[in-house]
Amino acid sequence: MSMASTTDTPWQRLAMLVNGRALPKSAVPELSITDFQRAILDGVARQCRVAALFGMPDRTNPDVLWLYVVLADDGSSRLRLGRTRIEENSFPSLTPACWQVHLFEREIAEQFGRVPVGHPWLKPVRFHRSYQPGRDAWNRPAEAEIAAGVMDFYEVRGEQIHEVAVGPVHAGIIEPGHFRFQCDGENVLHLEIALGYQHRGVERSLVAGPGPRSIHYAETLAGDSTIGHATAYCQAVEALGGIQKSARAQSLRAVALELERLANHVGDLGALSGDVGFTSTQAFCGRLRGEFLNMTAALCGSRFGRGLLCPGGVRFDPDTSAIEALKSALERAEAETCQAVELLWNSSSVMARFVDTGVISRQMAIDLGMVGPAARACGLNRDARQNHPSGLFRFTHIPVATWESGDVFARAYVRFLEIQRSCEFVRQQLDSLPSGAVRSPVTPLAADSMAVALVEAWRGEACHVVLTDEQGRFERYKVVDPSFHNWAAVAMALRGGQISDFPLCNKSFNLSYCGHDL
Amino acid sequence: MFDILAARWKQGARTMGYPNAAAPELPGHFRGRPIFDVSRCPTGCDACAKACPTQAIGIEGGKVTLDLGRCLFCTDCAEACPEQAVSYSRDYRLAVRQRENLVLGPEQELVLAAQLNEKLRSLFGRSLRLRQVSAGGCNACEADVNVLTTIGWDLSRFGIDFVASPRHADGLLITGAVSKNMRGALRKAYDAVPEPKIVIAVGACAISGGPYIGHAEVDNGVPAEIPVDLYVPGCPPHPLTILDGLLRLLGRLPER
Repeated sequence: MSMASTTDTPWQRLAMLVNGRALPKSAVPELSITDFQRAILDGVARQCRVAALFGMPDRTNPDVLWLYVVLADDGSSRLRLGRTRIEENSFPSLTPACWQVHLFEREIAEQFGRVPVGHPWLKPVRFHRSYQPGRDAWNRPAEAEIAAGVMDFYEVRGEQIHEVAVGPVHAGIIEPGHFRFQCDGENVLHLEIALGYQHRGVERSLVAGPGPRSIHYAETLAGDSTIGHATAYCQAVEALGGIQKSARAQSLRAVALELERLANHVGDLGALSGDVGFTSTQAFCGRLRGEFLNMTAALCGSRFGRGLLCPGGVRFDPDTSAIEALKSALERAEAETCQAVELLWNSSSVMARFVDTGVISRQMAIDLGMVGPAARACGLNRDARQNHPSGLFRFTHIPVATWESGDVFARAYVRFLEIQRSCEFVRQQLDSLPSGAVRSPVTPLAADSMAVALVEAWRGEACHVVLTDEQGRFERYKVVDPSFHNWAAVAMALRGGQISDFPLCNKSFNLSYCGHDL
Repeated sequence: MFDILAARWKQGARTMGYPNAAAPELPGHFRGRPIFDVSRCPTGCDACAKACPTQAIGIEGGKVTLDLGRCLFCTDCAEACPEQAVSYSRDYRLAVRQRENLVLGPEQELVLAAQLNEKLRSLFGRSLRLRQVSAGGCNACEADVNVLTTIGWDLSRFGIDFVASPRHADGLLITGAVSKNMRGALRKAYDAVPEPKIVIAVGACAISGGPYIGHAEVDNGVPAEIPVDLYVPGCPPHPLTILDGLLRLLGRLPER
């Protein structure tokens, strides 16, 4: 991009950055709200995605809220950044023109009490009080209790219409969430999902870090994505500190990320089998998921990879015998997984339930800004490992797995393809692990800067945006879990479907509640 | 059909022999209870306590105590120690009956969970139905509780099952720091379990709030008005640690 000039469009004025880098906050252009929103619309028209859109209170003036946007330009591997300042209690909603910001705008309203005027669906996201006392987007009195799940649900009226409410406590061992179906007989006309039950205030508590808890917050944003989020945290901190990682550390991080993907994908395929009553693959995959978790445990002692990553590299360095043991465990588990999963594609009872259930069109996936395997199952070539490579993925590529049909089958099959590719990748890395140290010293973080880290966690893109204050502390730490982009798709997948398809559909996405709720 | 049978034959019988045979192998870097070799502590040093993300380590007058209910079993204290005085036990057995039993001096032995009283054992000893309530955590504890129901662990061979409604349950297994947003639902689930009932708190979050201790958004674990019968520390606890706790509670393991 050429130097900014007055004739540049708002889109052209946005700052450019690549994943895993930082820039001074002053380099992020300040646009008027009109130009800011035009830049987003322009970007989206050019196939960019809204990776993050969030508020940050001004350091000195409590009336001022800054809005920051991170647009991901997947085609050119670039990120575009901009900001705008809001002094009023409201701003025009962009959602009617750009669906993928719908939840971001609700979040801004909830966190900072600024109303996106014209938002078609302005409801709380996590059911907490505004972070700016005295400002509430719904004008609730300060002393009024805010009860989770209490909001105006969309209602359908009619003689045959009935409503089914499920949760927050569900039948299985799963996280809490509230689901409301508007049904005509067995047919679902609409599903609305109210989350926030897992809200534990992580983003807010990350402010003023890094501190002793910071990386543990990252590791527990979504427990099954410990490596994904810890990698994003480390990359953001490393970008701000100008910290280099050794080749060996980067390889071990990538191995851990793929092992995490493997464990979860295998577990999901087993759970999908269980949901259609195909107990053989359910039983096989239930056990095999554990084999992959145990490989991560062999690296660091924790099945979820707790404690493996740290800014500057990794904390554990496997010796030759540990690597050989990992390789043979991988080979065994891969063969057994493929055998267990291939049974699914050859079983008509399974395929009858998977095919054409919970279809999301390609256009819907684009409009909602979907990410991860759920987006790839709609034929979208979206994978941060490929589009915004960082760490080892800048040098070694994993082919992106896509499928076109957008149904439960596609979401299952993409996982199967990714299992095979991740196994291949991990094997290659273990065969040629670079030598050297695994940890570099950590330096203080740059002051008044902004860093963005995107990591393709197993559910999709984990996005961490960090802004530092004049002392290099976290002034704002924004986390966008892949589930944040994808929950609306679960609701859309159910439209026109049967209520009995819900468990299967939901499992085919297997989104995170805690990652959404933070 | 033949493919399924062939796969079944090839995948083999996978349920572990434990507790009648040896426990499954733990990873080489397994982190059980942190052990402090206080003889190596420099005078006045509190590096481990300062590094601890959850203030699980207390140092008073040169005496070190560790609260396993807060401990994340991370490596921060071991790394911060200038004398390498912190190591990790490989003992997976960590579950206790009383909250105060989790606060330990360096030489103090852990009082492992005693079995339920005779009446409760006669009711639940061979058939325990639990309702799991996930209440403001990261879903890792839930995941490793779920693992116990897979064929490798096969929890139902002990007569322990997870049921879909608290009304069908003999007790709750609670995970998570108990977010304000789950407080009401947890209370309702607890009240819906018929008496007599037991409560099991799994993971640092449910015991103390874990990484979220002190957050305004959570209640620092299971609130006092819900009495807990078994505490299983960890972040998350290994499935074997959870199973050991459950079996101890039901009196199905030797007391020590």
